[in-house]
Amino acid sequence: MHELSICQSLLSEVERAAAANDATEVNRIVVAVGPLSGVEAPLLARAFEVARMGTIAENAVLEVQKIPAVVWCEACAIETQVAANALLCGSCGTWQVELRSGAELLLTRMELSGSASPVAAAG
Amino acid sequence: MCEQCGCAATPEFIRASDHAGAIAAKPVKPRSVEILTGILNDNDREAAHNREHLDGHRVLAVNLMSSPGSGKTSLLEATIDAIGDRFRIAVIEGDLETENDAKRIRAKGAPAIQITTGHTCHLDAQMVHAALHALDLDVTDIVFIENVGNLVCPASFDLGQHANVVLLAVTEGDDKPAKYPVIFRKADLVLLSKTDLLNVLDDFSPDQAESHVRALANPAPVLRLSARRPDTLAPWIAWLEARLASCRGDAVRRPDNARHEHVPHRAVE
Repeated sequence: MHELSICQSLLSEVERAAAANDATEVNRIVVAVGPLSGVEAPLLARAFEVARMGTIAENAVLEVQKIPAVVWCEACAIETQVAANALLCGSCGTWQVELRSGAELLLTRMELSGSASPVAAAG
Repeated sequence: MCEQCGCAATPEFIRASDHAGAIAAKPVKPRSVEILTGILNDNDREAAHNREHLDGHRVLAVNLMSSPGSGKTSLLEATIDAIGDRFRIAVIEGDLETENDAKRIRAKGAPAIQITTGHTCHLDAQMVHAALHALDLDVTDIVFIENVGNLVCPASFDLGQHANVVLLAVTEGDDKPAKYPVIFRKADLVLLSKTDLLNVLDDFSPDQAESHVRALANPAPVLRLSARRPDTLAPWIAWLEARLASCRGDAVRRPDNARHEHVPHRAVE
């Protein structure tokens, strides 16, 4: 499955962000995943356990926040939380709606520690 | 050992540097940072580069996806025959193993590059990047990227294409769009293939398949065709022509393209 290659991309972003924030260790990684992202949260968590080995996130906890699929109907001016395969307005039933959330695959937050600065971490 | 932070700095090092001052100044305790970035940025960046490269050559790229066996290669063979000299087609083939599909395309007179992914279940932008550079885009109008047969994974990976076309054969369930919402929602065109078999099947409703696509809030056209019946291909060819024109029109409208360039008699505008 491709969740492993998605984890590798995730860790690439994590390393970039950790370096930008002058950290030497990543303790928690929070990702937002919608049902229309093509990624399964439990598979991502399993793949992460393998992918994180030997990286700056070796001991990090992966927290997956599931984002619901929500559509906006212009005609009724309402939002409806929907199933991934039934993107219809809850009031008038139209399919001509705008997807407001549900396709996310985002790194949203990280908890970091340590400093990469040479003076404080000499050794 | 430094008694302040436990590091292995020697007493001499500590005396020579502002070690204590540096520790007091640097934050080392855990902290939370908000990020908000796409997880597939590396692939997306490569895909954007591919798209720019294609636009620079005024080439339309179509990502063709479906289950294994829905008829992607057969459709490409029939399309090459139907289009003839009107536009120049090249194909990037993606399979886990074999060069079989690329050989079929080459037998029709079109250039084909085969990507064999080994065990990877989808194409990604990096693989397509290498393949694009193996093609002569100066003599190409349309590149078809025939993705690995798979209704799940290819949906997640932008390749730099301008349009996604998803095939659904009438020998599959007409509720496939409801079972695979991610890929069918991203389709810019859905093609119901193998329609020559409809008269021997009693359980596939093209209207039902279309209604499942609409329930994904997707307005994409749903066309019915058969690679064995050239007379059914006209709407698909017309869609390609329109897409090519629109892709070139967008390229022309960009401020740095002062002049409309094309090869006379061959290109479609």
